[in-house]
Amino acid sequence: MALPPLDSPQWNSPWLAFGWGLRSITQTILTIVLFVTYLGIGALAHDTHFSLLWALCSTLFVWAGPAQIILITTLGSGATIIQSAIAVTVSAIRLFPMVVSVLPLMRTPTTKRRELVFAAHLTAVTLWVECHRFLPLVPRERRIAFVHGLGCGLVSVCLVANTVGYFLAANLTQTLGAAILLLTPLSFLFSTARNSREVADVVALVLGIFLYPLAAKMSSGVDILVSGVVAGTIAYGVHWWREVRA
Amino acid sequence: MSFAQAIGDWQALVVLFVAGVVPNQIWRMLGLWFGGGIDEGSELLVWVRAVATAILAGVIAQIVVEPPGALASVPDVLRYGAAAAGLVAFLLARRSIFAGVVTGEVFMLAGKWWLG
Repeated sequence: MALPPLDSPQWNSPWLAFGWGLRSITQTILTIVLFVTYLGIGALAHDTHFSLLWALCSTLFVWAGPAQIILITTLGSGATIIQSAIAVTVSAIRLFPMVVSVLPLMRTPTTKRRELVFAAHLTAVTLWVECHRFLPLVPRERRIAFVHGLGCGLVSVCLVANTVGYFLAANLTQTLGAAILLLTPLSFLFSTARNSREVADVVALVLGIFLYPLAAKMSSGVDILVSGVVAGTIAYGVHWWREVRA
Repeated sequence: MSFAQAIGDWQALVVLFVAGVVPNQIWRMLGLWFGGGIDEGSELLVWVRAVATAILAGVIAQIVVEPPGALASVPDVLRYGAAAAGLVAFLLARRSIFAGVVTGEVFMLAGKWWLG
């Protein structure tokens, strides 16, 4: 499927543009990565004793895989609401620059801020990546509708994946259940590694992994935050040191 | 699974809202509101992104080191081995997420089968 040319009558209504956005989910490998990731999140929610409705609501209203994993894992391992909220808040800061950089692609001189609220909600790493790829092929005045279609399509895929993963975890043998749960760390490890373009990102990822088991020995209740802030700050230090020397 | 189990209790949904929904939407709406004035390459954002990446890395490590549910039935060596084997495949296949995930899964399942 190729998108119609910019001057085609196929772009004449916002509904048609929504439809093109919806269909564009078939044009990216990231849809499959999301499906697998959310399959894992559904299974993880089941095995940490959250309800199916809870898992689906987290996908609909949080719509950020890493935040959902952090929330489920920390709450499931006995952290307080405050501790989880802090960890999630810090992980979610990366949405801020994404929204800042993606919305100008959809804005026209007459666009009102409230017209962009839903697009801002749909913004997460996958949509952000795909917007940079697809939006240059979409007429500017139809981009918001296109993004709504693309986002709704991706959310729907993830809701189905959550449900499938939840029931698989409930009904599969222990070994296959373990395989579904293992999807989460693997897909996040490799998608984060793939998105790591700068040295600071790589150092943060590697140090973050190896410092966590050390931080966990302190059993402070905020182990994830301790290892995250220490590893992240060291990674920033490496970045700063390279900048100074350059 | 009964209908009531699928729905769960409302307290859990309140926790989801407080610790999950609000912390995410705050940043999106701030991005919407203050869009124009922030430099994407600013030093503060570099630090923030590094800490956010390291927190996610910690969670990945937590799932592998202190596994939840059925994953706890997999011996340590197979969980660590699966992540390591997946990483090698990921790097060899020129950063293919798929190669990494599939290799890790196959390693774990083959190991389980071999150990009996």
